[in-house]
Amino acid sequence: MTNDFKVIDEQYEAGRLALRSYVTGFVLSIILTLIPYFIVAKHMLGNQSLIWAVVLFAVAQLLAQVVFFLHLSKKSKPLWNMVVFAFTIFVVSFLVIGSLWIMYNLNYNMTDTSPSKTNEGHIPQ
Amino acid sequence: MTKETLIHHNAGARNLFGFWAYIMSDALLFASIFATYAVLQNNTFGGPSAGDLFSMPFVLVETLILLASSFTYGLASLHAHHHRNEENCKRKVIFWLAITFLLGVLFLAMEVFEFTKLFQEGAGFQRSGFLSAFFTLVGTHGLHVTAGLLWMGSITAQVIRHGITERTVNKIAALGLFWHFLYIVWIFIFTFVYLIGAI
Amino acid sequence: MLGNLTFSAIPTDPITIGGGALMILSIATIVGLLTYFKKWKWLWTEWLTSVDHKKIGVMYIILAFVMILRGFSDAIMMRLQQVLSVGDSTGFLPPEHYDQIFTAHGVIMIFFVAMPLMFGLFNLVVPLQIGARDVAYPFLNSMSLWLTVAGAVLVNLSLVVGEFAATGWLAYPPLSGIVYSPGVGVDYYIWALQIAGVGSLISGINFFVTILMMRCPGMTLMRMPVFVWTAFSSVALVIIIFPILTATLGMLSLDRLLGMHFFTSDFGGNAMMYVNLIWAWGHPEVYVLVLPAFGIFSEVVSAFSQKKLFGYTTMIWATVAITFFSFLVWAHHFFTMGAGANVNAFFGIMTMIIAIPTGVKVFNWLFTMFRGRIIFASPMLWTIGFIFTFTIGGMTGVLLSVPVADFQLHNSLFLIAHFHNTIIGGVVFGYFAGITYWFPKIFGFKLNERLGKAAFWHWIVGFFVAFVPLYILGLMGMTRRLSHIDAGTGWEPLLYVSMAGVAIIGIGVVLQILQFIISIRDRKKNLDVTGDPWNGRTLEWSTSSPPPFYNFAIIPTVHGRHPFWDMKHGVGVPQEKPSYEDIHMPRNTAMGLYIACAGFLLGFSLIWHIWWLAAMGIFGIVALVIIRSFDYDTDYYVPAAKVAKIEKARTK
Repeated sequence: MTNDFKVIDEQYEAGRLALRSYVTGFVLSIILTLIPYFIVAKHMLGNQSLIWAVVLFAVAQLLAQVVFFLHLSKKSKPLWNMVVFAFTIFVVSFLVIGSLWIMYNLNYNMTDTSPSKTNEGHIPQ
Repeated sequence: MTKETLIHHNAGARNLFGFWAYIMSDALLFASIFATYAVLQNNTFGGPSAGDLFSMPFVLVETLILLASSFTYGLASLHAHHHRNEENCKRKVIFWLAITFLLGVLFLAMEVFEFTKLFQEGAGFQRSGFLSAFFTLVGTHGLHVTAGLLWMGSITAQVIRHGITERTVNKIAALGLFWHFLYIVWIFIFTFVYLIGAI
Repeated sequence: MLGNLTFSAIPTDPITIGGGALMILSIATIVGLLTYFKKWKWLWTEWLTSVDHKKIGVMYIILAFVMILRGFSDAIMMRLQQVLSVGDSTGFLPPEHYDQIFTAHGVIMIFFVAMPLMFGLFNLVVPLQIGARDVAYPFLNSMSLWLTVAGAVLVNLSLVVGEFAATGWLAYPPLSGIVYSPGVGVDYYIWALQIAGVGSLISGINFFVTILMMRCPGMTLMRMPVFVWTAFSSVALVIIIFPILTATLGMLSLDRLLGMHFFTSDFGGNAMMYVNLIWAWGHPEVYVLVLPAFGIFSEVVSAFSQKKLFGYTTMIWATVAITFFSFLVWAHHFFTMGAGANVNAFFGIMTMIIAIPTGVKVFNWLFTMFRGRIIFASPMLWTIGFIFTFTIGGMTGVLLSVPVADFQLHNSLFLIAHFHNTIIGGVVFGYFAGITYWFPKIFGFKLNERLGKAAFWHWIVGFFVAFVPLYILGLMGMTRRLSHIDAGTGWEPLLYVSMAGVAIIGIGVVLQILQFIISIRDRKKNLDVTGDPWNGRTLEWSTSSPPPFYNFAIIPTVHGRHPFWDMKHGVGVPQEKPSYEDIHMPRNTAMGLYIACAGFLLGFSLIWHIWWLAAMGIFGIVALVIIRSFDYDTDYYVPAAKVAKIEKARTK
């Protein structure tokens, strides 16, 4: 097989493309890390906007990692990798968002907000 | 391709897909702990909160180290997959695996340092629900990284022994999924625990 | 040296001693028989180290049958206590003991009866139905089995060394926290489930990959047998939900072991989050259990109506819909915890919606039976019994899904009756039908029909006699888990009726045990020589009974949904003489067993705070896994000549 130059060339080309993918992903991730870091460190936006901004950057970096490092895209075979990934994202979202919604409502309804009863209490002597 | 190669090729694809399914389950594990952290993040019980405790530059360095390790692993993986027929392939793969390993150890060392400092400041995991959740979320990630490093050592030993074969390449691919996944989890820890904690 | 483990861990009350003694005696008998008949080597090479999915399936089912005896004994004791402990009388069980019994009953039935039965049937049937030679990861298959056994051993060990949890089968904090349950009971619970849970997760991944990647040529997804589809949905759920259980129990153990504050009443803990997470696991879990039962019914109803299944496509879509919706209903388990009208309304409506695809399935089964030529063999009886029983249970579920009604009925006996209605009517009847249906395939002879039918009638009559009174008692206001009934409630007559129902089911269980014994005795008379005792349509019936260890000498190619039916009627059968090739098979290994032993040691030592042993357990698991990964000699080839010889012996 090592004598088959065509195979070597194909492998080499695939290797170059892979290298490009990793480097792109790496640079993109660095940028997508530094930007949210600095806008929080310098407090460049209001609190609510800051939160939305960093979350958006996190999702963007997730996508960058998934595409450039994990090589998951519409073209990847088997397609099942993508289906499984999408299903997981769906369940994770529903679990986290659903739990937060439920717990927010529970905490609101079931917590006595007088100072002696909340979690802002002090360690008893 | 010989029939042997075909069987091993199919087994390789099967193993990788199965490992991808395992990664999805790991995502749910982290999601559960994340959800708990989100619910408990303000339950400081009079103790220190996220804003009081975390050093931003420190965390940025940690993040960049882990990101770099994800990239260097990609280089190891690339050489194993695409430059199999080159002379120094085995040596290059082992080299990049070793660099990744060192970066991983550095990341863990920084994390241990951070945890120790928190304990000394009286902000251990017994102090409040918030701190229990913090230590467990970051700690579970750290335990996964540790397991990944153990695995990396095992694979490196197998590459030294057997060279770059179909079997070892498959193992490198599986660990690659794991290692990249751990960085992805860290992105969310970095964002939701440290960045949002500092806001 | 031994942590908290002292001689005081051995129980002193007579009932526990009696139960423990019975257990030890049974184990001693088995060990004695194995020694007397010199069968240890056979046990080791043929069973304990086997990676053959058929053998692993049998072992799962044996585990389930052993544990159902314990779970059922718990049920008997609970019913007995409730008829005896009225007014001034306190019955024969002190409350702490009664609490452990209802906890153990739930834990055992779900984790160590229903789950092993399910994985057992998957192991026995799925590879054969898809034309594969084994599952995707035979070694992990063995490891999963032994991890489940390790969990079961821990639960059984708690009977003689220490105690079990007294918190209910889901162990809500703060009661399950270290302050209110300082003993080892909750720790036994946690580690038994964590260890068995790893086994379940890995098994789930195993079957997921097997079904997606190892189907024989021509078997597209829409040509898979319905049982395979339901198995697929079920394991998709397993992969997603078991990590939630692992994380939640993990956090509870961190609270208990390391003094953390996830779910404590103070220091910023939030016990309601535990309830939320545990049911995010718990609700999909019941669909994990019932979907394969639905699949079995689809297979059985078709075979015994002698007709193709009605509405294959809608069956599949209904299954997928149920899988999807099962993630969106979990809060209906805690309507009363206080999330308010908006949350409750959303989850109530979602719960009602999930009844719709289930209804579609019921109609499809009925339409399959319509104009069929029905054979009332025992698998069909279990199926018809299921349709009737489960539908009632489902309807009471829709009743409970209305939040305002649930406020009255939550944690009453109405709830208990509802979920037993669906679990017994759905899961238990389904798995019994499956075992009877596929038994001849695995063992080569049929089960005794008369005893099977008798067992069915006792189970279904016993079920209604036991649980209809509980529905009524629930509506009358009786709460669950009561170890003592006050005088003057007027509940006693119905509790007596319920007790009678349990006795009837008990006779059913005895009849089932008898059925196995008599069937084994009479096996030569009931041999399945053709491999096709029920005139089946799917691939498993094309193999001999039992199949050769490699399942198929030649991997079949299918052209439709009923490949074996096609083969029997001349379609797609190769005309030339078969030419055999070398068959690639996995080697037996003891590694799965060893890893499970290390897991057991880890669990036991964490329970009793024997830290050096725990360290050894962790080290052992890691070392064994790494050693296994260095082993590159894990498979072998069966020469074509040997295959030819085995195949020739079949046609003699």
